[in-house]
Amino acid sequence: MVLKILKEFSRRILSNIFRKRDDIKIGFYGPPNAGKTSLANIICKDWTGEEMGKVSKVPHETRKVQFKEKVEIEYKGKKLVFKMVDTPGIATKIDYEDFIKYGLKKQVAKKRAKEATQGIIDSIKWLDDMDAVIIVLDATVNPYSQVNITIIGNLVARKIPILIVANKIDLKKANVKKVENAFPEYEVVGISARDGENIDEFYESLFKLAKKV
Amino acid sequence: MKGLSLHVIPFSEIQDLGIAERVRKILALILANKIIILHGKLRPEEEARLIEDTMAMVDHIKNFQGIELAVIEPDLKNKGIMMKMRHGIAKRLVGYTGALTLIGPASVVKEIRQDPKKLELMLS
Repeated sequence: MVLKILKEFSRRILSNIFRKRDDIKIGFYGPPNAGKTSLANIICKDWTGEEMGKVSKVPHETRKVQFKEKVEIEYKGKKLVFKMVDTPGIATKIDYEDFIKYGLKKQVAKKRAKEATQGIIDSIKWLDDMDAVIIVLDATVNPYSQVNITIIGNLVARKIPILIVANKIDLKKANVKKVENAFPEYEVVGISARDGENIDEFYESLFKLAKKV
Repeated sequence: MKGLSLHVIPFSEIQDLGIAERVRKILALILANKIIILHGKLRPEEEARLIEDTMAMVDHIKNFQGIELAVIEPDLKNKGIMMKMRHGIAKRLVGYTGALTLIGPASVVKEIRQDPKKLELMLS
């Protein structure tokens, strides 16, 4: 038993020492429809030429954890290689009837709800594997939601560095200041994943985040 | 609406329970359509577990849509050192945080509007 613990301990220490910098896993977390996949798509298109996943106005479009290995960003002479992990939006409730309001048929809506519940469970399980996390919030929505607080609380408990992105600044209702006031301990970058607005500032912050790993 | 059932849980009632038992107790009340007012708050990992178990139940229990959850706690940012110490000691001794947690079934509680100073419960 003692030998097993010692073996595991030395394995962890050694893997941390010899871990390559391109092993860094950066996760995209947040509530549904905040624009996680839209932001992941911008990064992927900019640096790999491919998209990460489909986006939609219907919530819970991303229902499975998606990966992009070895995303290489070169920005202002600096280089960052990481594994991008796009996760399904975390929510405390799922009602298939909400999807019907978007025009989905009952059976399709029920299937989507079932997949979305599993997606949320997977997102939470993946928290343990992240090296750093970008929390994507919809800047037009009240940031004081318990889901946001729960995600951040869990990352803090695991000592995982955080960057908060306030998305949808192209919309009139967007209030980046409110997001900053809600989470004063963290860096907040306002962007529009739809228009690509402020993406340069986001990349600056991404490099700062990766440095904390 | 037929009636509203509130269930107040003093923190002492869950203090000695493990994470699984705490979440099980909360979800049993939620399935009985009760709105829970918990004195104190869950730890972040307990909240995450509550969301995970809630989602597993949404998948398996007919007509169960999930929960609404919110926490309000005293803002100690601009309070004096004595006040902060008093809260710290109370937290260590009896788990008291001055926080209140509101959890309701999503079929009964449509939304909990939350800001740092108040919680607003919108019923279905």
